Amino acid sequence: MTFVLRIVVVLLTLAGAQHAGAADFAKLVNALPHGSYHERADVVREIGKTGNPRAVEVLQALANDDLKVMADGTVVIVDDKTGAAVGAVEGASLGTPSADSLTRVRVNNMVRRAIRTATGMLTLRSPDPAKRLAAARDALRSASPDQIEALDAAIGAETDAGVKALLTEARAAAVLKTDAATTEKVAAIRLLEARGDEAARAALSPLATAKDPEIARAVTSALASIAETQRMWRLAQNVWYGLSLGSVLMLAAVGLAITFGVMGVINMAHGELVMLGAYTTFVVQQVIRADAPWLFGWSLAIAAPLAFVVAGAVGIAIERGIVRHLYGRPLETLLATWGVSLILQQAVRTIFGPDNRDVGNPGWMSGAFPLGQMQVTWNRLWILIFAFAVFAALLFVLKRTPIGLQMRAVTQNRAMAANMGIRTGRVDALTFGLGSAIAGLAGVALSQIDNVSPNLGQNYIVDSFMVVVFGGAGNIWGTMAGGFALGIANKFLEPFTGAVLGKIVILVGIILFIQKRPRGLFAVKGRAVEA
Amino acid sequence: MSQQPHMIGGLPPEAQPQLYLDGVSRAFDGFKAINNLSLVIERGELRAVIGPNGAGKTTMMDIITGKTRPDTGQVLWEQSVDLTMLDEADTAQLGIGRKFQKPTVFENHTVEDNLALALKGDRSPFAALFYRAAAKEAARIDELLGIIRLGDLRRRIAGSLSHGQKQWLEIGMLLAQDPQLLLVDEPAAGMTDAETMLTADLLKSIAGARSVIVVEHDMDFVRALDCKVTVLHQGSVLAEGRLDAVSAMPEVIEVYLGR
Amino acid sequence: MAASRLIDRRMGIFLAGLFVLTVAVPVGNLWIAGQPVPTYLVALIGKYLCYALLAVALDLVWGYCGILSLGHGAFFALGGYAMGMYLMREIGARGVYANPVLPDFMVFIGWKHLPWYWLGFDHFWLAAIMVVAVPGALAFVFGWFAFRSRVTGVYLSIITQAMTYALMLAFFRNEMGFGGNNGLTDFKDILGFDLASHETKVGLMMLSAVALAAGLLLARWITTSRLGKVLVCLRDAESRTRFLGYRVEHYKLFIFTVSAMMAGVAGALYVPQVGIINPSEFSTANSIEIVIWVALGGRGTLVGAALGAILVAGAKTLLTGWFPELWLFALGALFVLVTIALPNGVLGALEGGIGRLRRGTPTREAEA
Repeated sequence: MTFVLRIVVVLLTLAGAQHAGAADFAKLVNALPHGSYHERADVVREIGKTGNPRAVEVLQALANDDLKVMADGTVVIVDDKTGAAVGAVEGASLGTPSADSLTRVRVNNMVRRAIRTATGMLTLRSPDPAKRLAAARDALRSASPDQIEALDAAIGAETDAGVKALLTEARAAAVLKTDAATTEKVAAIRLLEARGDEAARAALSPLATAKDPEIARAVTSALASIAETQRMWRLAQNVWYGLSLGSVLMLAAVGLAITFGVMGVINMAHGELVMLGAYTTFVVQQVIRADAPWLFGWSLAIAAPLAFVVAGAVGIAIERGIVRHLYGRPLETLLATWGVSLILQQAVRTIFGPDNRDVGNPGWMSGAFPLGQMQVTWNRLWILIFAFAVFAALLFVLKRTPIGLQMRAVTQNRAMAANMGIRTGRVDALTFGLGSAIAGLAGVALSQIDNVSPNLGQNYIVDSFMVVVFGGAGNIWGTMAGGFALGIANKFLEPFTGAVLGKIVILVGIILFIQKRPRGLFAVKGRAVEA
Repeated sequence: MSQQPHMIGGLPPEAQPQLYLDGVSRAFDGFKAINNLSLVIERGELRAVIGPNGAGKTTMMDIITGKTRPDTGQVLWEQSVDLTMLDEADTAQLGIGRKFQKPTVFENHTVEDNLALALKGDRSPFAALFYRAAAKEAARIDELLGIIRLGDLRRRIAGSLSHGQKQWLEIGMLLAQDPQLLLVDEPAAGMTDAETMLTADLLKSIAGARSVIVVEHDMDFVRALDCKVTVLHQGSVLAEGRLDAVSAMPEVIEVYLGR
Repeated sequence: MAASRLIDRRMGIFLAGLFVLTVAVPVGNLWIAGQPVPTYLVALIGKYLCYALLAVALDLVWGYCGILSLGHGAFFALGGYAMGMYLMREIGARGVYANPVLPDFMVFIGWKHLPWYWLGFDHFWLAAIMVVAVPGALAFVFGWFAFRSRVTGVYLSIITQAMTYALMLAFFRNEMGFGGNNGLTDFKDILGFDLASHETKVGLMMLSAVALAAGLLLARWITTSRLGKVLVCLRDAESRTRFLGYRVEHYKLFIFTVSAMMAGVAGALYVPQVGIINPSEFSTANSIEIVIWVALGGRGTLVGAALGAILVAGAKTLLTGWFPELWLFALGALFVLVTIALPNGVLGALEGGIGRLRRGTPTREAEA
């Protein structure tokens, strides 16, 4: 029996699997229940080469244990829920045979692997380029000599340049597993070296100990070059993670840079203003979900100005109600605003409950795209852009608008500014309001990547103070530099120390740094003598 | 700005200056507060330093007391101690006393305590923790209270004193330190004419045993001090000599009266 | 002289009240039939007294030296952990895993040996030394760097906050060997006395009262010494103090370290009474709450700080029992009201008012 089967397979292979007609497919499928696992795997591979439109369904049924044999020897696919059977070869319905009359075609891991490869080969001809790309990637990962023909066929038929390149690389990986001529192998090695990623490394590394010295040399140099490429990409990935974290830190801290840096007011409720921004987003999305679902894509664009207004208004209320009475007493301001933060937290907890609220990502914020060897998530990218936009807008307001001029005037010389007719009280309120409003904007962004809960603000307050103190109070450029420096430092430490320890190292680092430069990275130096 | 109109180079060999500044510069964000300043104070000398706002008077005192480090230059105390390596507490313990322009006393302590805390003695925390008042010190405090004429107010909280009384208290604290060199920043500010003259007399009587540098705007007061005057301008010494001679110099007149 | 220097009127009244409490509570709990003072109340009072000692420690640095530490909870917690380590070792083989040496949580995470820093904690005397030595050493090292480079004001407050935050993150890690999230708990006895018994609880509460009285007197002794006067000098006019020749950083370092040790003692007494110590004691919110105790009572008054702690902690117990959701509103409002309306605290306002009525002159503590 086994012998017969083998002959069938060999004959079919000789006949050229790609030309195998419907008859061959039927023969192969009917051969599936017979022989050892090893032979079954061979048959599966042959089915993969037929390119028959039913092949994928049959193979998947086999993998899912849904491929059965009826008493008369017909191979059928049985729906495991309804028990309805269809003929494996032609797909015609065969009623619902009793379970007793069916014998399952068994598979083991070797057969499953063969199924995966074979379905991969089959999807190489799928009309959907995305599916073909995925299949080509699979082919590269599990390259084997018997794929070469199928790959050649696919390469010939391929129209998409990206898929074609990947297929060529998959073919190169497969070639390396044959006993092809040295020159052909070296060319394949070069091709994979140029690819430079983990899959290429995996395909090449077994050959590092090849007997042929030329191949071994080529592989060694290719592996070194791939390692270098991978290192660069890892670096790039870390920089990206760092920039992303940095943008979040900057967003959370830049409002603080206004209230603390420019006004010298420690606002411990800053984190809660961020939280209010996040909850504003939540409320906007709730309303949209209930009344206008088609607007969901715009929910953040609607939430941002609202969060700006809500947080700004609360900020102005805090300034007029509390902070105003405490100018010149920074430690008392710290305590009073801490009190405000407790009240805001508890208010939100009372209204919205203590649990995380669900804030969704609009379509354009979700998912990721590959950039070389790294994945870039859309929400992180948009937050980075948003952070820069907020920063630029803030810079514009401070440097180019009358209110910005008044703010700077009041900070530099309050008495003089008052004498020149600037209403310092109003400017104070507006400055504090601006810092708070920016916290609200930060909240909109954070709602996209963090849990929206009453504790949201608490998680950022220490970090944001660190950013402002590190960057140097009174300088929003310093806040930007501080945010990104800390973000990147954090992400570069993480691989060595783990996230928590990395954060501890950063905190200790900042504590030591402040000893050296008590006024931060970009301190405003003065010659004023305090007596 | 680079000319050096005085005698640093040709210092007589027998001179024993108390304080010696040579080529001292200090910039803040590019602004040269002190620019190649050289100054010699003899032991027991009384010296008045005048100059328009921003001439570098305060920065000069900051450098002498170790509050600010110069970028370049030499600051020597009694020809041996490098003051640029010390901080405020070191220089104070060395014997340099400083009085601020704005009277700064310890507002929550009594007049008496203010003086007691300023008295020369061991400044370490543990000495302070186990400190017990000695009769000698009480006598010295009585004496100082007499000099600054605050004897009746000795148990008053310093914060409740008038501006002039605070000036006197601070001078008393300075004397209590028993310094070798006194740096006095505008002592006459906020005093009546009579008090101003009393202060001038007091400073004159102190000089001789100690060296005194007085920074002042009030020309009547400087005249009353009757001593050598150094004119600072843009961080350097513009002129030095008796007040009459200095005030006759065209460059000084130009600086004071504008272009 | 010495007695009157240490015990002024307010200190006398407070200590007398404390004495009455330490006599009345044991009597009411142990010896009067019907137990008018239930045991849970004994433990509660003991806890408040620990808080009061902690508040006195903070008042030393904030009230007298102007250092607003937002990290004093860290010193308290470190003292607590040192005591907790002893109590853990004391459990011995009575743990769930019945390991005679390793505490349960170490067995649970698969450790085979006691880490070096746990060695010796089966001796009470070593734990007692560590209760003051560890917080003291941390305060000394931290202060050495901070004060030498003249970090002051809000910057100092922020980095003390960062310090306790970093410690909290560290203690949350299982690899630190302090029980991670859960901390140290399930204590059985202390020096052979069963922690669950009424007598032990009464004893610990009385010990806390003694520690509070000793802490108050020590603080009073320091603040009325010349060193205390120098502290007020550098609080009010730091630069002037330097120009008088005082090494400001040494003074700050001294008082910061002493205060941290005192906080450590408070933490060590606290842990056996509440039966647990975990990383949340390091949270920044806890440390700021200590500040409001002092601010409410009146900074720079010592006795006021102790009273403030007892008042706020008592109010917290009552309010969280009756209306849990109202507590944070009340605490928040307290922060705002005290800083705006009562800058000298309850005691300052009370005595300031009486003082003005009596003498018509400013008092020594009026401006703090």
